[in-house]
Amino acid sequence: MDGAAHRPGIAAGRLGAAEIAENFGDLHPPLDPHEAAVAADRCYFCHDAPCIAACPTGIDIPLFIRQIATGQPRAAAQTIFEANILGGMCARVCPTETLCEEACVRMTAEERPVEIGRLQRYATDAQMATGRHPFTRAAPTGRRVAVVGAGPAGLACAHRLAMHGHDVVVMDARPKGGGLNEYGIAAYKTVDGFAQAELDWLMAIGGIELRAGVALGRDVTLDGLAGEYDAVFLGMGLGAVNALACEGNDLPGVEDAVDFIARLRQSGDLTALPVGRRVVVIGGGMTAVDAAVQSKLLGAEEVTIVYRRGKPAMSASLYEQDLAASKGVRLIYNARPLHVLGNGRAEAVEFEYTADGPSGLHGTGETFTLAADQVFRAIGQTLVTGPLAGLDLDGRKITVDAAGRTSRRGVWAGGDCASGGADLTVTAVAQGRDAAESIHRALMG
Amino acid sequence: MAEIRSDFVGIKSPNPFWLASAPPTDKEYNVRRAYQAGWGGVVWKTLGLDPHIVNVNGPRYGVVYGADRRVLGLNNIELITDRPLQVNLDEIKAVKRDWPDRALVVSLMVPCEEHCWTEILAKVEDTGADGIELNFGCPHGMSERGMGSAVGQVPDYIEMVTRWCKAATRMPVIVKLTPNITDIRYPARAAKKGGADAVSLINTVSSITSVNLDTFSPEPSIDGKGSHGGYCGPAVKPIALNMVADIARDPETAGLPISGIGGVTTWRDAAEFMALGAGNVQVCTAAMTYGFKVVQEMISGLKLWMDDKGHADLAAFTGRAVPNVTDWQYLNLNYVTKARIDQSACIQCGRCFAACEDTSHQAIAMRVEGGGRVFEVIDAECVACNLCVNVCPVENCITMERLPAGTVDPRTGRVVSDRHEDWRTHPNNPGRVAAE
Ligand SMILES: Cc1cc2nc3c(=O)[nH]c(=O)nc-3n(C[C@H](O)[C@H](O)[C@H](O)COP(=O)(O)OP(=O)(O)OC[C@H]3O[C@@H](n4cnc5c(N)ncnc54)[C@H](O)[C@@H]3O)c2cc1C
Ligand SMILES: Cc1cc2nc3c(=O)[nH]c(=O)nc-3n(C[C@H](O)[C@H](O)[C@H](O)COP(=O)(O)O)c2cc1C
Ligand code: SF4
Repeated sequence: MDGAAHRPGIAAGRLGAAEIAENFGDLHPPLDPHEAAVAADRCYFCHDAPCIAACPTGIDIPLFIRQIATGQPRAAAQTIFEANILGGMCARVCPTETLCEEACVRMTAEERPVEIGRLQRYATDAQMATGRHPFTRAAPTGRRVAVVGAGPAGLACAHRLAMHGHDVVVMDARPKGGGLNEYGIAAYKTVDGFAQAELDWLMAIGGIELRAGVALGRDVTLDGLAGEYDAVFLGMGLGAVNALACEGNDLPGVEDAVDFIARLRQSGDLTALPVGRRVVVIGGGMTAVDAAVQSKLLGAEEVTIVYRRGKPAMSASLYEQDLAASKGVRLIYNARPLHVLGNGRAEAVEFEYTADGPSGLHGTGETFTLAADQVFRAIGQTLVTGPLAGLDLDGRKITVDAAGRTSRRGVWAGGDCASGGADLTVTAVAQGRDAAESIHRALMG
Repeated sequence: MAEIRSDFVGIKSPNPFWLASAPPTDKEYNVRRAYQAGWGGVVWKTLGLDPHIVNVNGPRYGVVYGADRRVLGLNNIELITDRPLQVNLDEIKAVKRDWPDRALVVSLMVPCEEHCWTEILAKVEDTGADGIELNFGCPHGMSERGMGSAVGQVPDYIEMVTRWCKAATRMPVIVKLTPNITDIRYPARAAKKGGADAVSLINTVSSITSVNLDTFSPEPSIDGKGSHGGYCGPAVKPIALNMVADIARDPETAGLPISGIGGVTTWRDAAEFMALGAGNVQVCTAAMTYGFKVVQEMISGLKLWMDDKGHADLAAFTGRAVPNVTDWQYLNLNYVTKARIDQSACIQCGRCFAACEDTSHQAIAMRVEGGGRVFEVIDAECVACNLCVNVCPVENCITMERLPAGTVDPRTGRVVSDRHEDWRTHPNNPGRVAAE
């Protein structure tokens, strides 16, 4: 391993297996029963609790916490799963600091919320450890629904439809289901293959067929699906990335952060995953933070996130920004890339400071250069609209109403590809579930 | 600095904190360490006749927990000392010789025959102990054999045994009462009639703390069976305070010294017992839960409070709350209060709303304002029950405010008067007396 840490360029094996294992361990380790009892006891069981309103899936949080406090974590899990079938994943990945926990009255009282996320994990883990699926299907309806995309939106929709007795075929372009749960979320948030385990557990309800490797626009068409099935749900997420207008952007060593992350998530051995010695990440969202933090955890010596606006505008929460800083990532605000410099491959990036004026963001003329063996573009994902011809779009997303209906009869959409969400796992689940209820009403009405 | 030296029926101790007769005072080793830790006195674990009793060889305790496994109530099925009488007597003598300034009272329980008591009293006197406590309280095991609470539940027996003891010894006699009785004044009066120098109370409350839902055995379970035990700790304090007050304000027992026992856990508990007429306090569960060191908190806390309040010694506040304990019929019905919610302290949990709306008088209004929630009391509905104050997690966020005389109570439409008026003269009282 000697010297590996400082090896220039993009190289594997910067850290040994033990360090990698430690770095990629659970970000928020599970609560043990005693910790859970203490944490649960802090809940005031508020009337019409603000945390419920702050949860996009509306989980009855005080009720499930009381169920934990009274020694029935599996009853708590049932409360959670009734509202959010991916409650296990959400417990791990939700930015609770801007959702339920931000609304907790304990924040007002002492600026320390009840640890809702970790308690949710405690309950859902307890149920999932039984290996049993907690719901049964209603009598078969004979209706068939096509779901495009096996991410949180598609899975939540498929599960709810299956519960109501419909038969569901879920198609996903990737070789595995799970969507960004499997290919995107930071590894330390969902350790030990949880995404696939949760997928298997969810599918155990029955009545859901997963067809991996089937892409809308390549293997099937919207018209074809609409003709063959009683209803169609689109949950294909955001399949493309925003282009970065910056010279040198095509040099080797420059890559989309989501590709790096997907490779990382699918790597069986992180010591074999190459990473730059000096990494620059351009962007300000969760993807930027995850790419930066995981580069650092892989052993990159210097990792810098450069964001074109100020700290408050960054879409990664303050908590995420602090997490990055605590792992040794440097955050530079108010700077935009001008060129990626290098001879045959990326070697540095030149930036210009920005200022916000009446006519928008503009360069100040002052520049600086960061050495970089590896550069990640993380300036946002975008919808692939090709296969969606005929659907109304709302800006860059599929227009849907509150029930998830698109402009085309018989076609619903939800999750990142649809309007109205917040590009979060939990909003995708809520939209998928609600669309399923709407489909159910339409089919049975 | 306030003086907390205590003189209880002539028994002197550097502070009013004694360890009650129980495992903490079971033997020489414990008592020496208790004195070292600062306890003012101990009542030695109850002695009986040889052959000594035996205890169960399985678990003795059941517990009721609060948050974070805080012990709120403890239940036990332990009996009296399970060591030979002479061993105990020798140890008592040795400890008393080395710790002359600390109180050492010996608890006794022998069958209801006069010779049993006179014989053991002579032996105890020989140890140099400061006094005796008659254990008429233990509600389990010993009561099946006609001792403990079996005696404490029959005032005539209390009087009889007390009289025997007073006749047989020069030592002060403290009679320890059982709470497992309908009216505590009867056993207290009996003790007084028998010549007792003091009463101590409460002993433990008969109880079953929990049932194991796998085996359907009460806890603690001894080979699948359980028998009721005696309950003590913070949970029993309200019961004990009421009984102490009953005795303190009963004209027939007024002035009879009381040693307050039952859930004393902090200096504040002790001060409350003493304000209700106890001359000192005894502690068991707090020591069993946290160890002997708790007495240091009790001593420092009591002294500081006394200094703050200007109470120079224990007598300055002992019994001060007794005149304020009265019967319901004397409570002033013209004392009209309304709940007031301090909006700046409110954390918007809505517990007051749920409590008042669902279970009280629908006197709290909730409205959404600026993304938050605002809770306000509707004076026209508030009956001043105080439940909102009790369930609010923020201390002093909700308080009860008195309506000044001359204002109109919007609930009743009546002008608030500053005259004391109570049930005795109330028009709805069929047996009312004419107002003077
Ligand atoms: C790096 C990263 C980190 C994130 N971290 C968090 C986090 O910590 N917490 C959080 O709440 N959210 C996080 N998010 C956001 C979250 O992952 C998404 O909001 C969520 O996964 C959206 O769910 P979805 O079902 O709409 O889409 P996706 O999860 O994107 O799933 C869409 C699925 O559709 C498939 N698909 C796409 N096109 C087609 C097609 N044409 N035909 C068939 N199948 C297709 C894809 O293969 C994919 O499986 C993160 C996102 C990224 C990129
Ligand atoms: C395990 C145990 C054993 C006890 N044994 C005796 C006893 O032998 N004699 C006695 O008078 N009281 C006995 N008690 C009762 C205590 O002295 C005391 O009255 C009671 O516990 C209430 O005080 P507390 O709430 O501080 O514990 C015992 C209590 C416990 C918990
Ligand atoms: S004091 Fe009682 S009646 Fe009045 S607001 Fe509070 S809970 Fe309601």
